Amino acid sequence: MSTDTGHDPATGMSSTVEATIARRRTEGGGALIGYLPVGFPTLSESIDAAVAIANSGVDILELGLPYTDPVMDGPVIQAATQQALANGFRLRHGIEAVAAITAQVDVPVLVMTYWNPILQYGVDRFADDLLAAGGAGLITPDLIPDDSAAWVAASTRTGLDRVFLAAPSSSDERLRQAVDASRGFVYAVSTMGITGARGDVDSAARVLVDRLREAGSTSACVGLGISTPEQVREILAYADGAIVGSALVKALSDGGVPAVAALARDLAAGARDIRPASAVPHS
Amino acid sequence: MSMSLRTEAGPYFGDFGGRFVPESLVAALDELTNEYTLARQDPAFAAELMELHRTYTGRPSLITEVPRFAAHAGGARIILKREDLNHTGSHKINNVLGQALLTKRIGKSRVIAETGAGQHGVAAATAAALFGLDCVVYMGEVDTERQALNVARMRLLGAEVVAVKTGSRTLKDAINDAMRDWVTNVETTNYIFGTVAGPHPFPAMVRDFQKIIGEEARQQVLDLTGRLPDAVTACVGGGSNAMGIFHAFLDDPEVALFGYEAGGDGAETLRHAATITKGRPGVLHGARSLLLQDEDGQTVESHSISAGLDYPGVGPEHAWLASIGRVTYLPVTDDEAMSALRLLSRTEGIIPAIESAHALAGTLELGKQLGPDATILVNLSGRGDKDMETAGRYFDLLDKGAEQS
Repeated sequence: MSTDTGHDPATGMSSTVEATIARRRTEGGGALIGYLPVGFPTLSESIDAAVAIANSGVDILELGLPYTDPVMDGPVIQAATQQALANGFRLRHGIEAVAAITAQVDVPVLVMTYWNPILQYGVDRFADDLLAAGGAGLITPDLIPDDSAAWVAASTRTGLDRVFLAAPSSSDERLRQAVDASRGFVYAVSTMGITGARGDVDSAARVLVDRLREAGSTSACVGLGISTPEQVREILAYADGAIVGSALVKALSDGGVPAVAALARDLAAGARDIRPASAVPHS
Repeated sequence: MSMSLRTEAGPYFGDFGGRFVPESLVAALDELTNEYTLARQDPAFAAELMELHRTYTGRPSLITEVPRFAAHAGGARIILKREDLNHTGSHKINNVLGQALLTKRIGKSRVIAETGAGQHGVAAATAAALFGLDCVVYMGEVDTERQALNVARMRLLGAEVVAVKTGSRTLKDAINDAMRDWVTNVETTNYIFGTVAGPHPFPAMVRDFQKIIGEEARQQVLDLTGRLPDAVTACVGGGSNAMGIFHAFLDDPEVALFGYEAGGDGAETLRHAATITKGRPGVLHGARSLLLQDEDGQTVESHSISAGLDYPGVGPEHAWLASIGRVTYLPVTDDEAMSALRLLSRTEGIIPAIESAHALAGTLELGKQLGPDATILVNLSGRGDKDMETAGRYFDLLDKGAEQS
């Protein structure tokens, strides 16, 4: 596996996520990655919202699967996913949502999920069903490379992306491990904490991305606390992608699909024309 | 069977255990693992902890033979290990003092804890007061209501109690919020985890701090009876008091080990907390173990009259001991536990915690099976003072005439 080219030697398949990020960098900006949970406020509205933000400038979709014990999530996403569960969310709805979204838009769709639902569904079965639905891979907030053998095998077999997290507290050795194990991008956690909008995105994010570069990453995206176009612009000055979650969920909650699409348009404006095109030092 | 079962040090116990946590926590878990490994090898650490146990906890705790209670258990000889007599009223202090000493060693100034019944929270608040640490305790809102006395205790001890309003508003959600706090404040904060669950190193470390229970009791029973007990029993929620008393006996194949889970309304109903009896393998709160979950891997809410056993997961070492058949785990209903609680109170003048009453209820049945020649050691993990409101309500509703007679 190699994050340099997004091309997996085991399967011969390349990562559309990585290609999308690289294209945005070449164009002089970076990738905007938008998170929304499946099933909130309803299954059909969550599909409409995801399609709407993809059509409004979000480059990569991160679809969250609601889970009863989401330890990485702050109050906004907890409330949304708890409502989705109360409405009867099932894992197969996640697969259905991916299929419905990829039928309407071309942006790559990653699924963000805690590990136990995948374990119960069956790691290989989920990988097969996600691939068949047109999904691009998984972001796994509570699966570290150390305990990921089954998922590494299934993702290698299917060519799905696997996005592991890197934290400011991670040792250099662990950053190398995250870079080597990831495909698509490495999710750089901007700050020590959980999801939710913050006034300032920590300077720790810049240091972490620098350290990830030293560890060999050519595709590092920053998430946690990002909610405004200004923050997106600030982050994309040094990172390959910016991930926005809680702010989009709040917009969807407050103003429905039109509001979340409007926010996506604003955020996307922050992700374009940051540097002169082709100024990509690590291509 | 020549291989020792007592040397398991994690992260894995058979197929169970591991570290299923956000990357942000790995550095803290590594630091804790390293510091704990060093502390274990440091005679000064062990000496300081033993001195605290002697002068503060009240160790060694007594064993008490209970013949009037045993008359209801087929005449088997029954001996209680009196963890209820410890300072703060349960076995929880054993672990908390160890982890608080470790916090000092690491140089952190703030501790957080989760609590169900409030016993671990009270113990953590106590240790924080003793060592001058800031302390925040996360407790499900439902539990703050049914264990209001313990909330007052923690506040009196100077801890901040946060009522957790998410999810099922019980212990599992308190653990989620404590983990969120830890991820955010890990530089200054140590997480004093209350049971033998969670990510490595907690299952092995908490067991090590609790295994003093079995080490003392094994020798005490030998001194009293001249032989090992035929069976050792304990209640199992997360499972720390049970691991604490079982551990010393794991390599004594002639000693049968029984863990009693909270059967709630009955393990065959939907309202119980019998994780090993009814659960499936999966990942919850950082470890692979057995848990109560639906087809999609969503955690199912547990139910028990006992807040301390009301948890849909269980420590990975228990899942392993169940899988290899070394320990037998059986469910005990709310009604059976409450009946045993009243029986011990009336026959021996000892009011047990509702949690510990599950072990007593299981032991009543076990004694009838093993017969009058058997000796059974029961871990009486806590005292019932905190449960008087629940017990009062329970007996007033169901047994008013008998209570007034």
